[in-house]
Amino acid sequence: MALIEVKNISKEYPDGTRALHGVSFEVEKGEFVGIMGPSGSGKSTLLHVLGFLDAQSGGTYKFQRKTFDDYGPDGIARLRNEKMGFIFQMFNLLARASVLENVKLPLSYSTIPSSEWNDRAMKAIESVGLAHRVDHEPSELSGGEKQRVAIARALVNNPQVIFADEPTGNLDSKSGQSIMEILQHLNEEKGHTIFLITHETYTAEHAKRIIRVRDGEIAGDSLVSKRRWARDHFIK
Amino acid sequence: MQFLYVIKTALAALIAHRSRSFLTVLGIVIGITSIIMVMSIGSAAEAIIVGELGGLGAETVVVRPGKEPSGPTDFAESLFGDSLKDRELEALGRKQNIPNAIGVAPEILVPGGSISFEGETFRPVILGFSAEFMRDSLGLQLSDGIFFDETDIHNKARVAIIGGRVKDELFGTSDPIGKSITIKGNKFRVVGVFEKRGQVVFFDVDELVLVPYTAAQAFLTGNNYYNQIIVRADSPESVDRVVFDIQATLRALHNIDDPADDDFYVQTQQGLVEQVSTIIGIFTTFLTFVVAIALVVGGIGVMNIMLVSVTERTREIGLRKAVGATDSDIMSQFLVEAVFLTGFGGVIGIFLGTVLSFIVGFILSQFVGLAWQFVFPVSAALLGLLVSSGVGVVFGLYPARQASRKSPIEALRYE
Repeated sequence: MALIEVKNISKEYPDGTRALHGVSFEVEKGEFVGIMGPSGSGKSTLLHVLGFLDAQSGGTYKFQRKTFDDYGPDGIARLRNEKMGFIFQMFNLLARASVLENVKLPLSYSTIPSSEWNDRAMKAIESVGLAHRVDHEPSELSGGEKQRVAIARALVNNPQVIFADEPTGNLDSKSGQSIMEILQHLNEEKGHTIFLITHETYTAEHAKRIIRVRDGEIAGDSLVSKRRWARDHFIK
Repeated sequence: MQFLYVIKTALAALIAHRSRSFLTVLGIVIGITSIIMVMSIGSAAEAIIVGELGGLGAETVVVRPGKEPSGPTDFAESLFGDSLKDRELEALGRKQNIPNAIGVAPEILVPGGSISFEGETFRPVILGFSAEFMRDSLGLQLSDGIFFDETDIHNKARVAIIGGRVKDELFGTSDPIGKSITIKGNKFRVVGVFEKRGQVVFFDVDELVLVPYTAAQAFLTGNNYYNQIIVRADSPESVDRVVFDIQATLRALHNIDDPADDDFYVQTQQGLVEQVSTIIGIFTTFLTFVVAIALVVGGIGVMNIMLVSVTERTREIGLRKAVGATDSDIMSQFLVEAVFLTGFGGVIGIFLGTVLSFIVGFILSQFVGLAWQFVFPVSAALLGLLVSSGVGVVFGLYPARQASRKSPIEALRYE
């Protein structure tokens, strides 16, 4: 059974804008899916629906065979906490909190006892190579480092799916490479299912499969024939 | 979300905006400070007045002219009433009328007037009364000289006992006994000096000039009525009996059938204490109520800033939701923040209020000579803490609800 089932989904905003129309696909556990399209194509809206951050107007979306209504509001919050990790283009770190505090944030909403928070957060921080930065605040970090903190935050609860919304959009190409390397590593070695939203073909080609979105509809869904591998030698 | 973490998060947010937090709670601080001061000063003042009244002695019964005061004009009527004269004094002094009385004396407060001795002048409190009665009922002692007695009263003798401060002002270090002071143009011979004792009941003994009531009537006021007649019961237990007998005697004398027509009233120490406590209680309650308005205003200020804060932190709220915060997590985070903010204001207010009422008490006892007893108002402090936190809950609820309703998508939007 597929991890994610999207059936004939549409999304209209109250002002009448049609962001999605008749979108259907399935994603299995362990896939690395690039969702690609120009700005305004509806790819971000699609991500919101997939992450249960927003409800679709029509069609059905099932995550692990359950819909938004099946989970209920608190169930959704718990799902986002335990099964999903989000990485945003703007990093969205808490400005006045240290790297450690930022990474601990999802743990504070979990059922994990607080005595384990530090160990878990440190492991996640080490996995993105920022152990030497734990006590720094985001303003003291470079863009690439901020995004690695965001990845550590997304990882800390060991989620099944990671949603990355233009994760390299605000980074120079070298920093972007390291982010892509980490994502590929998480997918290959740790088995996380990854959704990568981007408007660049180059970035999208780091995924195994690309779903192309245009004008709210799916314009193509294919495996990547020549997959790119990020080799920044960031992960030894 | 775990509660300890909620508290840590709220504290961190408040500390991050230190000066804003402080300015926000200023209204709460002022409100709580005022409440603490009103309650502390109110209870200290009550303690003083009740203590003073205690000096009157439980056996003392006071008969005053006019109706029992229930408003400001009644007090005036009582002060200038002329229903108590020799006839009433004599009736009250008869053993068969009031068997349980062991002493009766009228009192005359001589209005205004200064006294002088060889060019030195002073404005004392001039009282026409019985010196021996005063000694017995208030326990006043002399540092020098003797009390004038019944013979002096009978003879309208122009003698006076003066307070310690009066003596210092007029005579300095020289001996006043036997000297003549001038009171309203009449010479009075000083026979005694009171020991310094400060405030006793309603007057300052140190600033007192005591003369026989007969002499006060004949030479100082020029009229024939008394401001009040003091009756001493033989024991505190017989006070009620004495009050009853006084009322019966005076009603018979004045041909009054209906107590509502009384042209006099009787006060006991206990009755006065109750009266004063009631009046101060009403004042304190009223002031507290007025001051509570400051808290409402302060609460609105807190709500305002919380709403601003919620808007400012839209992205943070969205992020928290994206990583798993439920609506109630967000709600409790902002609610705890508001309660901390106001509760903190409450603590500062309790501290400030306590310090300020202590200072007020200190000034009053040092410079005015009141026997001020500083009272830390435990009940007021608890009330202040409760009220300030309550204000946080009430005025934090709306902003917290607004925060919890924000959509997580807003966190994903670009700035």
